[in-house]
Amino acid sequence: MTAIASAAQSSTGIRRAPIYADDVIRAFMIATIFWGVVAFAAGVYIALQLAFPVLNLGLEWTTFGRLRPVHTSAAIFAFGGNALLGTSFHVVQRTCRARLWGGDALSWFVFWGYQAFIVLAATGYVLGISQGKEYAEPEWYVDLWLTLVWVAYLLIFAGTLLKREEPHIYVANWFYLAFILTIAVLHIGNNLAVPVSWFGSKSYGAAAGVQDAMIQWWYGHNAVGFFLTAGFLGMMYYFIPKRAERPVYSYRLSIIHFWALIFLYIWAGPHHLHYTALPDWAQTLGMTFSIMLWMPSWGGMINGLMTLSGAWDKLRTDPGLRFSVTAVGFYGMSTFEGPVMSIKAVNSLSHYTDWTIGHVHSGALGWVAFIVFGALYYLVPFLWKKQDVWSPRLASWHFWISTMGIVLYITSMWVSGIMQGLMWRAYDELGFLQYSFVESVAAMHPFYVIRALGGLLFLTGALLMAYNFWRTIRQEEPARAVYATTPAE
Amino acid sequence: MPTKIEKDEITGKATTGHEWDGVKELDTPLPKWWLYVFYATIVWSIGYYVLYPAWPSFSSYTTGALNYSARSDIARDLREQAQQRAPFVDRIRAASLEQIRSDPQLLGFTMAGGRSVFAENCAACHGSGGSGAKGFPNLADDDWLWGGDLEAIHTTIRTGIRSSHPDSRLSQMPRFGLDGMLTTAQINDVAEYVLSLSTIDTDKAATQRGTAIFSENCAVCHGDKGQGNLEVGAPNLSDKIWLYGGDKRSVTQIIANSRNGVMPAWADRLDEATIKMLAVYVHSLGGGR
Repeated sequence: MTAIASAAQSSTGIRRAPIYADDVIRAFMIATIFWGVVAFAAGVYIALQLAFPVLNLGLEWTTFGRLRPVHTSAAIFAFGGNALLGTSFHVVQRTCRARLWGGDALSWFVFWGYQAFIVLAATGYVLGISQGKEYAEPEWYVDLWLTLVWVAYLLIFAGTLLKREEPHIYVANWFYLAFILTIAVLHIGNNLAVPVSWFGSKSYGAAAGVQDAMIQWWYGHNAVGFFLTAGFLGMMYYFIPKRAERPVYSYRLSIIHFWALIFLYIWAGPHHLHYTALPDWAQTLGMTFSIMLWMPSWGGMINGLMTLSGAWDKLRTDPGLRFSVTAVGFYGMSTFEGPVMSIKAVNSLSHYTDWTIGHVHSGALGWVAFIVFGALYYLVPFLWKKQDVWSPRLASWHFWISTMGIVLYITSMWVSGIMQGLMWRAYDELGFLQYSFVESVAAMHPFYVIRALGGLLFLTGALLMAYNFWRTIRQEEPARAVYATTPAE
Repeated sequence: MPTKIEKDEITGKATTGHEWDGVKELDTPLPKWWLYVFYATIVWSIGYYVLYPAWPSFSSYTTGALNYSARSDIARDLREQAQQRAPFVDRIRAASLEQIRSDPQLLGFTMAGGRSVFAENCAACHGSGGSGAKGFPNLADDDWLWGGDLEAIHTTIRTGIRSSHPDSRLSQMPRFGLDGMLTTAQINDVAEYVLSLSTIDTDKAATQRGTAIFSENCAVCHGDKGQGNLEVGAPNLSDKIWLYGGDKRSVTQIIANSRNGVMPAWADRLDEATIKMLAVYVHSLGGGR
């Protein structure tokens, strides 16, 4: 823990660190672990439903259609969201040398308000209450509640930045702020709707037809861009240099790739609507902005990986850092795959197939979940004042089991997706379609089984992690000698 | 904190002089290859804008040098495909169903097209290969509701059953229980009788009583011995083939509540030649007469 020691040293002398608000961060970490296990378990179950439809159980509440948004929302908003909120509170306090703005009550309101949003959304899905918009399924009453919570979150974050005692704003905070602001705009824009009645759950969206589709994917793609990319890049920019005890590779690259990413991402949504009623010109813009996004995305990967120069040996001994670095690798892979799939010629094969599902999961499992695991393996011992995790060996098992799971998941979806796309476009020598849709469904069965197995491995790894953290928090050992939140004397 | 530029010992590069919670930054220039690839993607995009529809104005958009349009592209593809098939399609349109079946060349094309069209349009209900499901007749056996010769199959596909088509095949089985035409006891008896037509294990007394009820209420459509009637789509009740199940409970339910299945008319959705191909294909599945 020399990183902490050196951090404390640099704060000796005239400068005293304030006492940071850590209780709420600990709560966010526990919520992250809990919702992560829920999300992965739901994912495994719906993956098994696709392979074995009998698991729909013949009940409306347990059908794939209702459980799928439970899985996606649990993964993105519950697991990813709690990780982002918690780490952003951690990072903004330490890099600003300022306690959270707004007092404890406000940050606890954000915590419990956000958990309430998750529970309200998920119960709605199971009962069949949905706007039918992917990743924006919650109905108007949940959307209003989330808006309230999110504005409180923005106020805390921006307020803490404003009262900072460091002269400059650290790069991680740019990314977190871009994430918070843009998600607010996207959430409100895509959920403009008129409720049918004050006491009913149903509402009708403000836009219709292709305009509605365009707004939905402006939202949907930037949920990827700002929630799942910008926010987690913020996480990366703090925890990798911190854990590797190395300076960030390039300040200039961080500026350029930040602004390029922010500017370009917001235009890329139309690539979700290639070869639809969306006008050709909008499809062109969606595609070209996706291509131009390739290098700005890789800027983050370069800064993440190159920060390790001089510290690569740490990967052998530090499972947390191994997660973080592998996450950056997966980030690089999926931000290359994304632009490739946005090219119309490629998209005509990949669209509507499992290739898309595989792509999303190389990002969600490989990048998002792994960068979170990396942060957790650092933060849990840190926040609970322990020397290290209870068992680094178990953490290492977690790493390898999860990585195996991701590999099985992605490769099976590549094969099944490309096979699906080829079957759909196959013609016989007389010019008739070679396969019916249901034949392509039948052909995917073995790959669905492999995918479920991959998901099961990933879930197993997460359970090992949860157990490891349980033991870490419970273990009896003297508090760490130097703890950064205590004022240096 | 004052800016304090240091030299990183491992890389030999200078820091920016800032520090946050122990984290510093190097002042490394942008990687050249990164910058050039970024520029290249921008140049490529500009080239794409010159060639393809790209930038909107208030009422229009830049159409691009290639005059590309996804809609005219697909229209051209469909036109070319139609032209390629035209020689066969024209002959099929002119030929009778019987002629199609006896011309090997025409039959080859018809079977290929029929198989593909069946898989896309019919298999969802009738199953792959026409094996049927509960409520959806098996098309591969020789038990037919509205007739199994080429013409009858052709008409059924074209106009549908209880569909919105003006020439649709129509018939309605009464709801003997719901509408109070028969008592519960009578329904039980006639169900026993109907089951006795294909099995031996029935209640003899009830069957006896059901015989008369059947002659009065059912025989007009289903025939004296329950052999069915293709004219009105009345199923044969004396074989062991059941559309909605052949157990006592299912049969009783149908007599009491009736079942009137619907098949859409395909005349509005598929062209004439395609329907002919479908008819010949379905006829060939195993049950054609």
